[in-house]
Amino acid sequence: MRVELVNLTKHWGNVVGADRISLEIGDGEFVAFLGPSGCGKTTTLLMVAGIYKPTAGTIHFDDQVVNLLPPKERNIGMVFQSYALYPHMTVYQNISYPLKLQKRPKAEMRERAQKVADMMGIGNLMDRKPANLSGGQQQRVALGRSLIKEPQLLLFDEPLSNLDARLRLSMRGEIKRLQMDLGITSIYVTHDQVEAMTMADRIAVMKDGHLQAYAKPHEIYDHPRTRFVAGFVGNPPMNFFEVEVIRENGDYHARAEGIDLVVPKERGEKVVEKGKIIMGIRPEDVSIAGGGIQGDVFTVEPLGRDDLVEAHIGDFAFRALADPALGTRMGERASLNFDTENVQFFDPETERSLLWN
Amino acid sequence: MMTLRQKLGVATPYVILTISVVPIFVGYLWLVINSFAVRTEGLLPVGGLTLENWRFLVEAPFGRGYPSIWRVTFNTFLIATFMTVLVVFVSSLAGYALSRLKFSGRKSFLSLTLILHAFPSVTLLIGIFFVLRALGLYNNLFGVGLVMIGFELPFGIWLMKGFFDNVSWDMERAALIDGASRLRVWWEIILPTIKPGIAALAIFAFISGWNAWLIPRTFTIGAGQQATLSVYLQNFQGDTVMVQWGAVTAVGLFQLIPVALFFIFTQDLLLTIYSGGAKGGT
Repeated sequence: MRVELVNLTKHWGNVVGADRISLEIGDGEFVAFLGPSGCGKTTTLLMVAGIYKPTAGTIHFDDQVVNLLPPKERNIGMVFQSYALYPHMTVYQNISYPLKLQKRPKAEMRERAQKVADMMGIGNLMDRKPANLSGGQQQRVALGRSLIKEPQLLLFDEPLSNLDARLRLSMRGEIKRLQMDLGITSIYVTHDQVEAMTMADRIAVMKDGHLQAYAKPHEIYDHPRTRFVAGFVGNPPMNFFEVEVIRENGDYHARAEGIDLVVPKERGEKVVEKGKIIMGIRPEDVSIAGGGIQGDVFTVEPLGRDDLVEAHIGDFAFRALADPALGTRMGERASLNFDTENVQFFDPETERSLLWN
Repeated sequence: MMTLRQKLGVATPYVILTISVVPIFVGYLWLVINSFAVRTEGLLPVGGLTLENWRFLVEAPFGRGYPSIWRVTFNTFLIATFMTVLVVFVSSLAGYALSRLKFSGRKSFLSLTLILHAFPSVTLLIGIFFVLRALGLYNNLFGVGLVMIGFELPFGIWLMKGFFDNVSWDMERAALIDGASRLRVWWEIILPTIKPGIAALAIFAFISGWNAWLIPRTFTIGAGQQATLSVYLQNFQGDTVMVQWGAVTAVGLFQLIPVALFFIFTQDLLLTIYSGGAKGGT
């Protein structure tokens, strides 16, 4: 089922929850709504679910406008961050509740519930109450309940946030696998950019109720349309600093106090002579090696595979990912090397990308 | 081995509590002793023990035309039950609406219930008398019941709203998405989750109804067929005749026993509301 949101808006008095959100989701596509708390992603999700009524705009399921359709008639399944299981019912009763409401015969309920529970790996827990289950098991019951009526749309509201890190990792893969096998159109709300990047076919990045970007993960990562998107996606976050780009001897130089970097022609020519602009470079493109710009090492955080080094050049602070074998230490002088192939540029006022728009 | 100081430290709370409880305990002890004695001086029965005071169980003490104790007990039970059922029902519906639904006047209604709860019911007695009489419900158990329900509702609504507030919104949303109607969500999903709260309200309402004196006294006539236990009891006390304290204490004890038993069996349930109530899910 295709889903389309057209100028979807939600206000509560003066408080804007979501402002003119427009996007379309293809049949069977897995889309993530990504953003910090309060950005409007859950608000939009709840409007799609029918829990919130939109203030303006329309929601389309295939070709039907569903704004006024109550949740129970939208044929959707939803998984909540808190699982929202019914505490006084057993696992079996929780999973089969949607079927009970549809007044299906008992035998059919039993069979379908068992099938779904087996698929979730909890087929042997049918008689337990939620209080006697672990977090991961409760999560699976919630998933099972959302799938049992074979919905045409699956909604996830930060379902993995309450799980420990290890479990989150394995559940991520399982949910993605499940969605691919079943081919159900899905919307996944999260504030964790790793979840969005690893699971989604496309990511909708939101901030303060506005949609800032909507594209495939690689596109979001390599060609961010706004400074916010560039800084939000990718861990450790991108380094930003103010430079001026000028042309000298056929090369494009990005210059700031104590910094002079040569940037690629295709990028430099778009931003040359535009006065002060914001340059962004990711920590993985900054390394500690000879022949670079001298800076002072401020902190070193060993990550195992890399060392996350924060170094200062004059007034600027840069995060770099350094080879742990170098044994970089705090307070030392170090030589910072900048690989400018993937550098980004943003307008300092509008914060929009000067390279892609 | 504890030092003397430590022993004193542990013993002191017990001593204080015991001293505080003793007067109350002695009061109840006197009640029991007096109901079985001809007369008492202090705590000691004088003139022998007797079951005379308990004659009201078999013989209507005020003569014919006046109800027996069993009729009166039945009335009391009727009122208490009627009150409990209606208070719980109306409070849970109202509490849910106040907790979950947006409607104009919601805030004012909430403040109103709080004010009403604090309101001294005594001042309204005369006004209520006129209303009951106009409705033809004066000296009628049904009328008495309605009035008592009215006075108990503000408390009930506040209590239930509080319990509903503690139920997670997500659970309701999940049920709505699963396909339940609003009413069904209320009945099948939310109410079972706040069972301890409902039980607590039911207990409060029942005890309140069982012990009620002012309203039944004011709106029924004498120790008639509409009397409740508390009114009935009051008729043993008067200014014109010597009071038979033995009978008074016996009837009092009689009124006390069912509630005490009820409380003993339900106190576990009452305690759960203070230890968190609903589990799981959230």
